[in-house]
Amino acid sequence: MNDETPAPLAETARAARPGSPFLAPGYTFTTLTDKLASIALSRRTPKAWFFGAAVGFALTMMLLFAVTWLLFRGIGIWGVNQPVGWGFEIVNFVWWIGIGHAGTLISAILLLLRQPWRNSINRFAEAMTIFAVACAGLYPALHTGRPWLDYWLIPYPNTMGMWPNFRSPLIWDVFAVSTYATVSALFWYVGMIPDLATLRDRAKKLWAKILYGGLAMGWRGSARHWHRYETASLLLAGLATPLVLSVHTVVSFDFAAGIVPGWHATIFPPYFVAGAIYAGFAMVLTLAIPLRKIYGLQDFITLKHMDNMAKILLATGLIVGYGYVVEAFMAFYSGNTYERFMIWNRLHGPYKHMYWALLFCNLVGPQALWFRKVRRNVPALFVVAMIVSVGMWLERYIIVVVSLSRDFLPSSWGLYSGTIFDWMTYIGSIGLFIALLFLFIRILPMISIFEMRALLPEAKVSEEEP
Amino acid sequence: MTAPLYGLMAEFENPQDLVEAARRTREAGYTKIDAYSPYPIEALTEALDIHDRKLPAVVLGGGLLGGLCGYALCYWTSVMAYPLNVGGKPYHSAPAFIVPTFETTILFAAFAAVLGMLALNGLPMPYHPVFNAPRFALASRDRFFLCIEAKDPKFDHDETWAFLTKLGPRVVMDVEE
Repeated sequence: MNDETPAPLAETARAARPGSPFLAPGYTFTTLTDKLASIALSRRTPKAWFFGAAVGFALTMMLLFAVTWLLFRGIGIWGVNQPVGWGFEIVNFVWWIGIGHAGTLISAILLLLRQPWRNSINRFAEAMTIFAVACAGLYPALHTGRPWLDYWLIPYPNTMGMWPNFRSPLIWDVFAVSTYATVSALFWYVGMIPDLATLRDRAKKLWAKILYGGLAMGWRGSARHWHRYETASLLLAGLATPLVLSVHTVVSFDFAAGIVPGWHATIFPPYFVAGAIYAGFAMVLTLAIPLRKIYGLQDFITLKHMDNMAKILLATGLIVGYGYVVEAFMAFYSGNTYERFMIWNRLHGPYKHMYWALLFCNLVGPQALWFRKVRRNVPALFVVAMIVSVGMWLERYIIVVVSLSRDFLPSSWGLYSGTIFDWMTYIGSIGLFIALLFLFIRILPMISIFEMRALLPEAKVSEEEP
Repeated sequence: MTAPLYGLMAEFENPQDLVEAARRTREAGYTKIDAYSPYPIEALTEALDIHDRKLPAVVLGGGLLGGLCGYALCYWTSVMAYPLNVGGKPYHSAPAFIVPTFETTILFAAFAAVLGMLALNGLPMPYHPVFNAPRFALASRDRFFLCIEAKDPKFDHDETWAFLTKLGPRVVMDVEE
């Protein structure tokens, strides 16, 4: 089946027919439910799970160590100083927030576009969103220097008689990111309620019955409930769609509202959003490829899924590439000395290796995805996804650090590099992400069971009277 | 001593049979009926003639309230409670207030959607009589159920039992309160 273009509405019903590329043939309601529910309910845990969870847990310990030392000594243990006051922490914040965006795109935008292939990947992509936003949230919180006073960011009546400045993009960020985290968590939980009911009904052990039973809130699959449930899902998707676009837009305002060359650009909001989806799909692939292998989910996350995700990766990669070209063109066309110097500095300055590596990772690497053979070759896809993840981290590093290191006045130039504690915090946050994700796939349904049932051929109800 | 009867429940093997049975039950004049399925079936909503337009209104209300609260917060803090001259910008900086207003609109509307859906569905509800039906646990796996409640004006145990049997279910059973 060839669907280069998004399937029109009438097509989506046909995608569920036998031989659908989104689900291997031969499943019934019974076998599908049992197979997907057993991932969470089984007593046996795959060895690879223990390995992954152990790595995640160990790295999380490193994060805790780095954060403890930070609280003890202050942010002087990091590399940030004048003139580069924003370093790893802001780079990592933007990187993590961006990764989260693919989850919302898959769960909300592809739901509105009625793309049935999202059904098997939306749940863990949403989980990825929440955990990525959790990791992202750590950084600004720690970067304030006195994290125990972070509640000052929230507007609340206080004895100091002070309020936040609502004209600042930084307070917009607080609102955007906290709303994003909250709405993503709501969407994720509501999406899980019917599956939690399935786990409740299939669970054998008392603690599992209590846990899943409590979380399922007495869901019984009533037609009246399903009707409101579907309405709520659609409305949430409709709300999450502008929200996800707004979040990285607001993050880009943190830069675009400043006057530093390399930040002060009107292309930033769309360019950041495309970059976010680009990085996010790379992360979804990075997670989906090992998960389908460990849990034998090739029947649900098929090569067709890989192919589709690779196409989105390629498309958003091209948009990001366009952003780079426009940045360079506007620097030249503006005639502004500082803007021109900014591009020259990226290409030839002290961070030129990173910029060239960024161009390779984000522009050259993904071009391999033009070939169907690469899109359907799982190891190759994994490598491309890793290259893109590295590239998107470098992109944020270039934007944040290179621009600050050489601004208008050569006497105030200075170089920046991350210290061991910057690296420990960064790698530790990847560990936290891995640890949360492995806990999630062990105890919660990582593939949406009820939405997969709807893809089965036997789920189809013909409209006409028999 | 048996518990009072909640209703009669029929179990079906596939969604097509359930939709057909639901349609015929409604056409037979029963009103207190509900169907249970492991995934949402659009045709079932039509067969049972379910029309509920409350939720979108609740969400709209939530969004409007969120937007008003967000803008009011920005306005009140920046103009009345704590007027602060930042670079000569007006105290009432409407364009800058759009972002927090937008975020609170989405936030309130999302909460309205989730809490509204749960409240209208009467969830959380840890106990419900239908869970007493044997095999009802399969409603979240692979079976389809239709229930006619005893408080339906047309309900008569033997007659309704015979009616449900005619619909071709796998089994018909009593559901205790």
